[in-house]
Amino acid sequence: MSMMLMIHPDKCTGCRNCELACSMEHEGDFRPKASRIHVYTWEREGFSVPMMCQQCKDAACTTVCMPKAMHRNPANGQVELDQSKCIGCKMCVQACPFGCASWDFLGSQILKCDTCGGDPACATICPTHALEWVEDTVSAQARKRSFATKLKNAFAEV
Amino acid sequence: MHGWTGKILRIDLSTGKIATEALKTDLARDYIGARGLGTKYMYDEVDPTVDPLSPANKLIFASGPMTGTFAPSAGRYDVVTKGPLTGTIAASNSGGAWGPELKYAGYDMLILEGRSPKPVYLWIQDDNVEIRDAAHLWGKDVPETTETLNAETATDAKIACIGPAGENLSFIASIMNDMQRAAGRTGVGAVMGSKNLKAVVVRGTGAVTVADKTAFLAAVSKASTMIKEHPVGGTGLRLYGTNVLVNILNSVGGLPTGNFQDGHFETADKVGGETLAANQLQRPKGCFSCIISCGRATKVKHPKYKGEGEGPEYETAWGFGPDCRIDNLDAVIKANYYCNEYGLDTISMGGTVACAMELFDRGIITLEDTEGLELTFGNADAMVEAVRLAGIGQGFGKKLALGSYRLASLYGHPELSMTVKKQEMPAYDPRAVQGIGLNYATNNRGGCHVRGYTISPEVLGVPVKVDKDSIDGKAELVALFQNLTAALDSSGSCLFATFGIGAPEFAELMTALTGFAYTGDSFIEAGERIWNLERLWNLKAGLTAADDTLPPRLLSEPIVTGPSKGAVSRLPEMLPLYYGVRGWDANGVPTPEKLSALALA
Repeated sequence: MSMMLMIHPDKCTGCRNCELACSMEHEGDFRPKASRIHVYTWEREGFSVPMMCQQCKDAACTTVCMPKAMHRNPANGQVELDQSKCIGCKMCVQACPFGCASWDFLGSQILKCDTCGGDPACATICPTHALEWVEDTVSAQARKRSFATKLKNAFAEV
Repeated sequence: MHGWTGKILRIDLSTGKIATEALKTDLARDYIGARGLGTKYMYDEVDPTVDPLSPANKLIFASGPMTGTFAPSAGRYDVVTKGPLTGTIAASNSGGAWGPELKYAGYDMLILEGRSPKPVYLWIQDDNVEIRDAAHLWGKDVPETTETLNAETATDAKIACIGPAGENLSFIASIMNDMQRAAGRTGVGAVMGSKNLKAVVVRGTGAVTVADKTAFLAAVSKASTMIKEHPVGGTGLRLYGTNVLVNILNSVGGLPTGNFQDGHFETADKVGGETLAANQLQRPKGCFSCIISCGRATKVKHPKYKGEGEGPEYETAWGFGPDCRIDNLDAVIKANYYCNEYGLDTISMGGTVACAMELFDRGIITLEDTEGLELTFGNADAMVEAVRLAGIGQGFGKKLALGSYRLASLYGHPELSMTVKKQEMPAYDPRAVQGIGLNYATNNRGGCHVRGYTISPEVLGVPVKVDKDSIDGKAELVALFQNLTAALDSSGSCLFATFGIGAPEFAELMTALTGFAYTGDSFIEAGERIWNLERLWNLKAGLTAADDTLPPRLLSEPIVTGPSKGAVSRLPEMLPLYYGVRGWDANGVPTPEKLSALALA
């Protein structure tokens, strides 16, 4: 078992406090372009989705990383970036299917979620719990139950 | 500088000259930002008698020092200019994410001068600023304009634009940003239209920095907790939005009904926030850095009124609802969508349709005047069509787009326009709630609730309950609320943060962020300075104490039904007291002593 960031887009209000908390935590100022998490909003529908590193088990970014700067930490199950080994080749940016490794041209660095070392600032600040830092087994169960409730309600109306 | 970026972008649309300049540090400290700082620059640079729609008027987009930080619910900006609807200094406040993006691009303020010879838009990407042709956008509505511009600039660029109403120089046109958020009041959209400016597109990659991080994080944490634990700021607004107020105001008999002919509407609940939450609400939305989430993402499925978008706010639901004696929420929301799409202020639009309905009801205008629109009270279809026509500037809509004062004056009955300084009053009846009437009458931008929201103490009991029917202490209360609001507007904060925090907390945030020492008192004093400067501008523009009044109906025609039956506004008794509290003479002119105390002499 390990921890994961659970996203609930249905609860996301699009406020981007997560971007601000991430930027402050890592950069010491408010610069959303340097945030490791980003919220995308569809204004017509009023729908927002936060996106950040999924900490994949079979992570493309670790496979393509020549100096092995991007690597899996077996202790906590997270994909971590060792900045001292990073050569800035941006192969991880090319490889990530979610687009969640990016290049900060101002800071000349790879931006990737490091879960703030196991206490993600984004989840702490999220005012609606659209982001939650939870045990990966528990989170899956909660999502299942929540969908089961929707099914129950749908059937109850028939 | 911290908090502020320290830089202003100035563009002359007549010549195409683009320049940057340093923000004056002492002005930033004393006038804070956004509304206050924008007003100071207007005061120093523009003749108050200027024709608002002439090239000599300026249009300022101004963020506050807290804009772009995670100070709770503080991501706002103001559009500051001379308002064509009112002839007063105008600062129209909006949320969304546009203001923060301007900061990240490196600018506290964008000052626009002159008039472009042809339709253009601005593309601001950090230091790269372009004036681009907008011929292909002219005539497009707000969602189309926004999507087209995102496609031809950057998908993550933030866009403020006008719709057809602003292009047509409607006196009640708004500037819309992020598609759904409005700088709505005083007709600022017409000023943008008069400059042939369709949109301002911004993308910023820079940062907003903090003077004392540890202190700022502590102040934010404290303020956030206070807001989250507040029944209104923490719970009520997220569950039901501002529209929770329909039933509350109706229950005290303060819900203006039928163009303020009454103060109570039997079926008000049908357009209230609870009904909205049970039916059309998709989910709550938050502006940038918001922890309150009063925004409403909604969807209407009714075939006749089908659509999706954001809203309605309370004042919108009231304006298209009870003020027009309409209780069809789907129709009300459709009218809201039209306003967002065509770029109209919902409060002024609602008040104007209600006024037209009274003119129609009394036989002052006929089907011939309205070109076939059956504008009887309660006719939801006619209301929605009236809004659509005003938005695109066709038929009778051309006259509606003038606002109710000019509309009613065309037919010889300005007294039927429910306006102060020609701007439509919002959804709180001054006969039922005495303090809010004094605020309307003395408000520096005319009929407006958000610059002295005494509804908090008078109706909601926040922070303490005061008697809404009494005039005791109202002069002091109104002045205090006006001063505090002027300061917090200028900081970039949302008014709703006051459902949790007050001047001491704003001062803590400002001090930690900027490095300038503010106290609760000095923060409020900055607000008083801003209020007096706005007053000075209006006096120079030609307004007088005679303009500090309410429509005669509210002073002489009692509310007919409901809990406040029989009430009238006691404004004439309160006004001289207010001037006294303000340190103004009997003509409402700030005394030299007052100006000197506020460093305005």
